[in-house]
Amino acid sequence: MKKITAILVSALLVMGMLVTVSGCGKNAADNQDQEKVLRVVTEAGFKPFEFKENNEFVGFDMDLIRAIAEAEGYKAEITHMGFESLIPALQSNKADCAIAGMSIDEERKKSVDFSTPYFNAGLIIAVQKDTEGIKSPDDLKGKRIAGQVGTIGADACNDIKKQDPNTTVKIFDSVGEAFMELEKGGIDAVINDYAVTYEYISTTGQGKTKIVGDVFSADDQYGIAVKKGNKQMLNVINDGLEKVKASGKYDEIYQKWIKQ
Amino acid sequence: MSHVMPGLFGINFIQTLMEINGLKLITSNLDVLLLGALVTLELTALAVAFGMILGLIFGLAKLSPQRRLIYGIATFYIDFFRGTPLFVQILLLYFGILPMFGHVGDFSAAVIACSLNSGAYIAEIVRAGIQAIDKGQMEAGRSLGMTHGQTMWYIILPQAYKVVIPPLINEFIAMLKDTSLVSLIGVSELTLRGKLLYSVSYNAAWVWGTVAIIYFIMTKLLAMLGDYVERRLATE
Repeated sequence: MKKITAILVSALLVMGMLVTVSGCGKNAADNQDQEKVLRVVTEAGFKPFEFKENNEFVGFDMDLIRAIAEAEGYKAEITHMGFESLIPALQSNKADCAIAGMSIDEERKKSVDFSTPYFNAGLIIAVQKDTEGIKSPDDLKGKRIAGQVGTIGADACNDIKKQDPNTTVKIFDSVGEAFMELEKGGIDAVINDYAVTYEYISTTGQGKTKIVGDVFSADDQYGIAVKKGNKQMLNVINDGLEKVKASGKYDEIYQKWIKQ
Repeated sequence: MSHVMPGLFGINFIQTLMEINGLKLITSNLDVLLLGALVTLELTALAVAFGMILGLIFGLAKLSPQRRLIYGIATFYIDFFRGTPLFVQILLLYFGILPMFGHVGDFSAAVIACSLNSGAYIAEIVRAGIQAIDKGQMEAGRSLGMTHGQTMWYIILPQAYKVVIPPLINEFIAMLKDTSLVSLIGVSELTLRGKLLYSVSYNAAWVWGTVAIIYFIMTKLLAMLGDYVERRLATE
């Protein structure tokens, strides 16, 4: 009898938790309709696109998404997540859009829809200051290389490893740890987006690291991601982006954050 | 019976299940995850082994308040590593402190961080284990002409280790789970491999579900080993 009671009580508890959880989801959606909040997710370890200063989300992407939200009559509410969790957050309706220096690629397009491109990116190789003989991705075969989890830089690392299995690939949660690893000599090179790497080598990494070779994957462009099939949100973003570009606000934000 | 519930418990059901993308994802990547589990086990075993050495040394030091210096060092060591998150310790050691002593690889750094952390907890386990032994044992040893060290080594410790085994297994299980934090510095253990698989598939339920099951199996086996050792000790 005691056993049965125990089972019943735990079953009730589990059900109670499930109801609470699903209830929470619904409330969030309701509130969003009333207040017109744009729930944005990002990975705030990607200076100058998104990072935190004085506990505020700042950077190119952050200014851009706030401007887009404003143009469309929304208030942007930004939260941080691991880069690899941004797309799942959209899929499970935890957020309306993700802006995180995210390159538009075929693999991701299977899971999300992208806005019109808002930034021309491309990859670059960063090495220690005294490193010689690395000029292109081909020179990285058999070397120790690193990138950030879920990025096209990490994909490029894995492609090199496919061509030469002697290559060691290390993947970090955020690109800052990959740069630290480069500084202390744990790896030979970091493959990452040009603008972010440039920002790093000209600030924190100055005198210790340098950029080599040309930008590759130069057709790479950043887009704002929304849940696959969410036409309404995609229209809001694209329309807002167009307005921000037309008003000159986009150029202003570009001048502010991107080093020429 | 089979046509009453077509396909539910038969071949069709298994085929439907196989067509679920998540299952395909897991079956084709299970070897990668299991290799990660091996790294996790290796790291845990090394961390707890070194942790036991550190724990014994600092646990004994913690029992000699009259030796001011070593008591002070032991107290600081235990307080620091129990009082700060392992997350912070790993990043501090790997990027902050170890580079001052030359190049230390990620796996070695992970072993060092986890051992130091584990050692602090084991020191407290050792101290409690020794204090659980009746004072009369030490007094008896001393009155027979044995030194303090001899009594400790031949009389107290052999009794204390029985008391110490259950919390030690507990520490083993806790450490096995805590090693997931070394994914921060790029050690390719189970959690990092899960993270990488998740970053290309975005399939939280299947990837993290599988990772959870693998962790669960490992900790369950450890717990069973603990039960077995405890039973053996009880009958001795």
